[in-house]
Amino acid sequence: MKYVDEYRDGATAAKLARAIAALAQPERVYRLMEFCGGHTHAISRHGLTDLLPPNVEMIHGPGCPVCVLPIERLEAAIHLALSEGVILCSYGDMLRVPAAKGRSLLKARAEGADVRMVYSTTDALQVAQDNPERQVVFFAIGFETTTPPTAVALLHAKALGLKNFSVFCNHVLTPAAIQGILDGAQGERPLDGVIGPSHVSTIIGSQAYEPFAFKHALPVVIAGFEPLDVMQSILMLISQINAGRHEVENQYIRAVTRSGNAKAQALVAEVFELRPSFAWRGLGTVPWSALSIRDAFADLDAEKRFEVPAFTSQDNKACACADIIRGRKKPRDCKLFGTACTPDSPLGACMVSSEGACAAHWTFGRFRDGEAAQ
Amino acid sequence: MTTIDLTHGSGGRAMHRLIKDVFAQAFDNHILAQGNDQAAFDVAGGRMVMSTDGFVISPLFFPGGDIGSLAVHGTVNDVALAGAKPLYLSAGFIIEEGFPLSDLVTIAHSMARAAQEAGGWIITGDTKVVERGKGDGVFITTTGVGVVPPGLELSGDKIRPGDAILVSGTMGDHGVAVLSQREGLSFETQILSDCASLNHLIADMVAAVPTLRCLRDPTRGGLAATLNELAHQSGVGMAVQESAIPVRPEVAGACELLGLDPLNVANEGKLVAFCPPEDAERLLTVLRGHPLGKDAAIIGHALDDPRCFVRMETRMGGVRMIDWLSGEQLPRIC
Repeated sequence: MKYVDEYRDGATAAKLARAIAALAQPERVYRLMEFCGGHTHAISRHGLTDLLPPNVEMIHGPGCPVCVLPIERLEAAIHLALSEGVILCSYGDMLRVPAAKGRSLLKARAEGADVRMVYSTTDALQVAQDNPERQVVFFAIGFETTTPPTAVALLHAKALGLKNFSVFCNHVLTPAAIQGILDGAQGERPLDGVIGPSHVSTIIGSQAYEPFAFKHALPVVIAGFEPLDVMQSILMLISQINAGRHEVENQYIRAVTRSGNAKAQALVAEVFELRPSFAWRGLGTVPWSALSIRDAFADLDAEKRFEVPAFTSQDNKACACADIIRGRKKPRDCKLFGTACTPDSPLGACMVSSEGACAAHWTFGRFRDGEAAQ
Repeated sequence: MTTIDLTHGSGGRAMHRLIKDVFAQAFDNHILAQGNDQAAFDVAGGRMVMSTDGFVISPLFFPGGDIGSLAVHGTVNDVALAGAKPLYLSAGFIIEEGFPLSDLVTIAHSMARAAQEAGGWIITGDTKVVERGKGDGVFITTTGVGVVPPGLELSGDKIRPGDAILVSGTMGDHGVAVLSQREGLSFETQILSDCASLNHLIADMVAAVPTLRCLRDPTRGGLAATLNELAHQSGVGMAVQESAIPVRPEVAGACELLGLDPLNVANEGKLVAFCPPEDAERLLTVLRGHPLGKDAAIIGHALDDPRCFVRMETRMGGVRMIDWLSGEQLPRIC
């Protein structure tokens, strides 16, 4: 497969693995966080940890949009879906995510809610145009990658004068989340380097990471999603760490520039503004970490069009997601992992999507856990 | 008459005509022609095999097949995978009011053709019509019977550590072909469903390698589900190599785009075979000598593992598990 196979070549991977092993100093530990769930998935799916020396440790960050959406926002979406006359359009991997008491959009659908899986915001707009007598709500989630398409949908809806379309906005921001993790470290040194997101960085550009790389003296390498991208980025990070540098480097030059996609940024700025705070599943409340719809588009904001009661739900107290996302614990350190919490009945954020740290370890890596439950 | 209505399921003249003009004509054989409510037939000696399967698929017509060919191939394969020669099939239809008659005729002929290729007969059936909105066009249930030659006993609990694992061809073709036609996801593709009856291929395999342990078709849940099922059934682990598993580039590309794993995608004309390691090359030669097995490959082996894990050496040189899916595979956001 062209443009993919080149980045999945076993011989090149072995070469990079040898270079990493040669460069990594045996007397120290390298704690590297891949922020993005796409990287977590790539590392697990391709078995990359087997190619790293034991002192290079990968910490799976919170960059899985499905995982970090707080339960109360999902409860609100389920509430909207069950409202009279509403069609709720959602991306596919949100459907199975459990809310309180094991509820989910999929279960709401079985109860009679009209929940439709869409592949793009254009599909959601089409549903609204095809069903003028129904209220169509688009359940917008995700990081900077999925935000511009939502902005475009809102602009189109406004231009078309669509009265039956609205957006339930849950878009969140990557740099704010990384900042949240670093600020929450309180004296401990959790990370030696960060592998920066692929797709998100095509939008926001590599400069978005410069402030915290500087403030926290933290090396960052923006990496593509293919396994060789990840391997090369790990090599670049170790090289920075050894040299005592803390720069934002870009491995993913085939797609990411320093300033990012100006057009997408302008669209987002036109339609959205910062929320003062947003609760992340697993991370808690992070200031200025999410977006809401500007007043100019208030009539397309589902939170203003519908009565959405405030839900309060909490994760299971034994859940170790917060520590796992911050790199303090491994999935197998959690008491719930593989016992009460599995991908079939997830309790914590890290288990809900295949990109979450716990789900990835369960699906691809649990055969390594000596006596872990099956 | 251009569409099916409720009278076609009422037991009266309309139903009689539908059965005569559509099904009896398409499935024409001397047992069905007796016109009884049941089919009577003689049976050769040996163990009988029986299997039943319900088919609900959207869309009903897809590149490389339709619900009719699928309903025959699927049941023929379930019978044949026990090493049996499929003999007779029954077919039950649940048709939604308003369903185009021409589509039903196409489906019936497609079933007849599939049965003929497989060398089996559709000898009894049933027709019901449900109100509009209470079905999805047409649902078909087929049941098949066949006879296993004496001495042959293929079963999912017979795999032993060391046994070779083979697949008969490329993985994921059917699932991607069907997905490509699904509403809201249409994309241009040359991929055809691999939907086919495997009984002739299986007859060749059984004749050449009587030591075969077990055969299974990796349908829903794909190769991943089948390997896990069999690992648990036999109480063994398995190790496969990613680079050895055949996947068409078009299928791999579509899966990349949609965030799916080809190992979890359904097949309808492929099988997984297990045999003692010393017979693996011979089995591979037999497979490759048949048009339905030309892309066959040895993909790994069974091993001793009380936890029954299926692991895979990746192209990158690492090892990871192949697990069952949790529910239906859903496309990922990014």
